[in-house]
This record gives sequence, C-alpha cells and structure tokens, in this order.
Amino acid sequence: MVFEKIQAIIVEELGKEPEEVQLTTNIQEELDADSLDLFQIINEIEDEFDVKIETEEGIQTVQDLVTYVEKQQA
Amino acid sequence: MKKYTRITYTSRFVPDHVLTNQQLSTMMDTSDEWIRSRTGIKARHIVTKENTSDLCIKVAQQLLDKSGKVPEEIDFILVATITPDYGMPSVACQVQGAIHAENAFAFDLSAACSGFVYALSMADKLIQSGNYQTGLVIGGESLSKVLDWQDRATAVLFGDGAAGVMVEAGTTQQFLGEKLQSDGQRGQALTSSFLPNQSPFYDNDQTPQPYLQMIGRGIFDFAIKDVSKNILTLVDDASVDFLLLHQANVRIIDKIAKKTNIARHKFLTNMDRYGNTSAASIPLLLDEALEQKTLVLGTNQRVVLTGFGGGLTWGSILLSL
Repeated sequence: MVFEKIQAIIVEELGKEPEEVQLTTNIQEELDADSLDLFQIINEIEDEFDVKIETEEGIQTVQDLVTYVEKQQA
Repeated sequence: MKKYTRITYTSRFVPDHVLTNQQLSTMMDTSDEWIRSRTGIKARHIVTKENTSDLCIKVAQQLLDKSGKVPEEIDFILVATITPDYGMPSVACQVQGAIHAENAFAFDLSAACSGFVYALSMADKLIQSGNYQTGLVIGGESLSKVLDWQDRATAVLFGDGAAGVMVEAGTTQQFLGEKLQSDGQRGQALTSSFLPNQSPFYDNDQTPQPYLQMIGRGIFDFAIKDVSKNILTLVDDASVDFLLLHQANVRIIDKIAKKTNIARHKFLTNMDRYGNTSAASIPLLLDEALEQKTLVLGTNQRVVLTGFGGGLTWGSILLSL
C-alpha cells in the first residue's frame, strides 16, 4: 500500500511509467531525477502520509522511501 | 481625503555584459542543457565595472526622466539590496546624492529576495501617512561579488541588475492588501557575507564566509509550502490575473502554481534572461511586463507581487493596476 502510493507520487512528479518505478529503482540515477525532484517527491510523501522526513541523505532507492514511511507509521 | 499609493512609473537597468550558460560551462563542470532544464536560466547579466549604486542610480535617473519630475519633488528613496557598495553610506543615499534629490530622505532595506516587496510595502505606508507625495523604490544587486565562482551549484543561478518604481499619492486605491512574513529560526538555510570580528580583543575562531550559501532542501520546502500559503491568504485562481514571483528557479514557480491551484500561465517569468537577481527580480519583471503590455497601468488588472528569500523572509502585495 505504501509502495503503491509512493510509486504513484514518483510517476506523477517525474512523468515516468509505473513499471519504471520499482522498489529497487535508484531515484536519482535510474530515473534521472535531480535534487529538486527528490525534494518534491519527499514533500508529496510527507503530505500524503503525514510524516516528517528530516533528511534526504541516505535516500537512494524507492525502497528507502518506503522503509522511512513504514518506520514512522509503526 | 484619504491618500492612496499608486505605482506611476517603472524602470530597469542591467549591466551590458551577458554571461551565457555556454560560457559558464567553460569555467566549471556544467552545461547549458543542465542549467536550462533544472533552473530555466539561459543567461544572466554580470557587472564588469559597475557597483550596485551605479545600477540603482541609472534606474532612478530613468524614473525621473519618464515622469518629467524634478529631483526636488522626490520625498524618499528606498533601496532593497543585500549587496550594497558599502556598509555605509547606503546605496539609497548614494542614489539621492547622484540624482540631487535634495528633499528626499534615503535608506536601504535588507530583506534579501523579498526586499523589493518589503520596501514597496514601507513606501505604501509612507504615502498613506499623508506626509509624503512621491518616492522611489528600487531593488538592486551585484550578486556576482558574493558568489563563489568555483561552485557550480550556486554560481549558475544568479545575476546582477536593478529595477524600481516611482510611487505617488493618488485618489484611487491600487494597493489592495499584503502579507509579509519572516522566520529567523530558519535563517541559516540561506546566508551570505559573514564577516568575523577581526578586533585584537575578540576571541575569534570564526572563519569569514563571504559567499552565498544555501541548504537546498530547506529553501525548496520553504518556497513551495510557505510561499504558496502566503499567496493564498490574498488570492485564489478566480481572483488574480497575474502573479510576479521572485525569479529564483522556474521549477519553483511550476510547483507553486500547482500547490496554489492557480493557472500556470498567470505566473510571469523572465529568469531565462536574468537569472536570480534577488531584490531586483520583481521590479525587473514588472517593468518588462508593462513594456510588453502584458500588464497595463490603469486597467485594474489584479496582480500579486511575491518575494521570498534569505532571513527567511517572504511576502506578497496585491495590486489593482
């Protein structure tokens, strides 16, 4: 559920196809996103899940985002 | 009778030298495509011999010429800048001296990229007081002197220039509302020109940091969230014709348009040719839009001017042109 929502956010923000956005996908390297894209994805995730992602450091893959959200929701 | 503030003339002046992305790519590891796609900036003007006061003096002279007024008719001069020639005298006093506005008082206002909006708000209050009839409000910067030209993350973003307006007391209302905000707790997200105390008495382990520095995510979040909220306190899509936002990055404007649900085409831009000129960006855009007749004074177009930047500072003014 968390993954599907994050996938939808990334698809919307970066104009990608859903199949391009998998758990193992590296957001900046494989999806050609730059720092502003990543900030915006984080913003949308914060609003969607009502969580606070303090730092973008260490966030590389879609899995990293999913883990971050699930930890805060637990 | 109640005094209303009216913007009657606008003007701009940028230095001749144009620095393109292509030229920057020969100085540092960057490319035209990279800068354009990520910032919307293609070129910027950079001073080669002028200082901030020179740019602002040109704007003031042009405003006088356009208006046909004599310098003695100017009651006050406000200059918004974070790159003054000196700590003192202020750029505003340099302008006052250069144009011989002998009856004007003059001072600078420091509110970074919100400087012009803050200064315009102050000018509005001065006119409304009934004590002053005519003022000049100018935003001017030579940001090139506070940039680290080795740092591709910041050097490509900024440009130099100045622009301003003449405000006069009138009988019809042009300034409909405003919302100015600050948050000093987030001030370290965007800094420049830190000079440590060099006195022999000072226990000093500080290092000078003259260059402009920013924490990208903090500033991006601020611009998208806080600035969008600020705009929505004054207008929504149905109640605004055009928005002139500080020209930092075209993607910030795209996101603010989305966040506020205001049609993207209402947001004017010119950062492609000027880069981020801090306090000069909004009057630069205003003057161009009037010249191109996108905006026309006296037509009651509802226009929002919004600045946001270091301090943190942000604010909007709603005008009926």
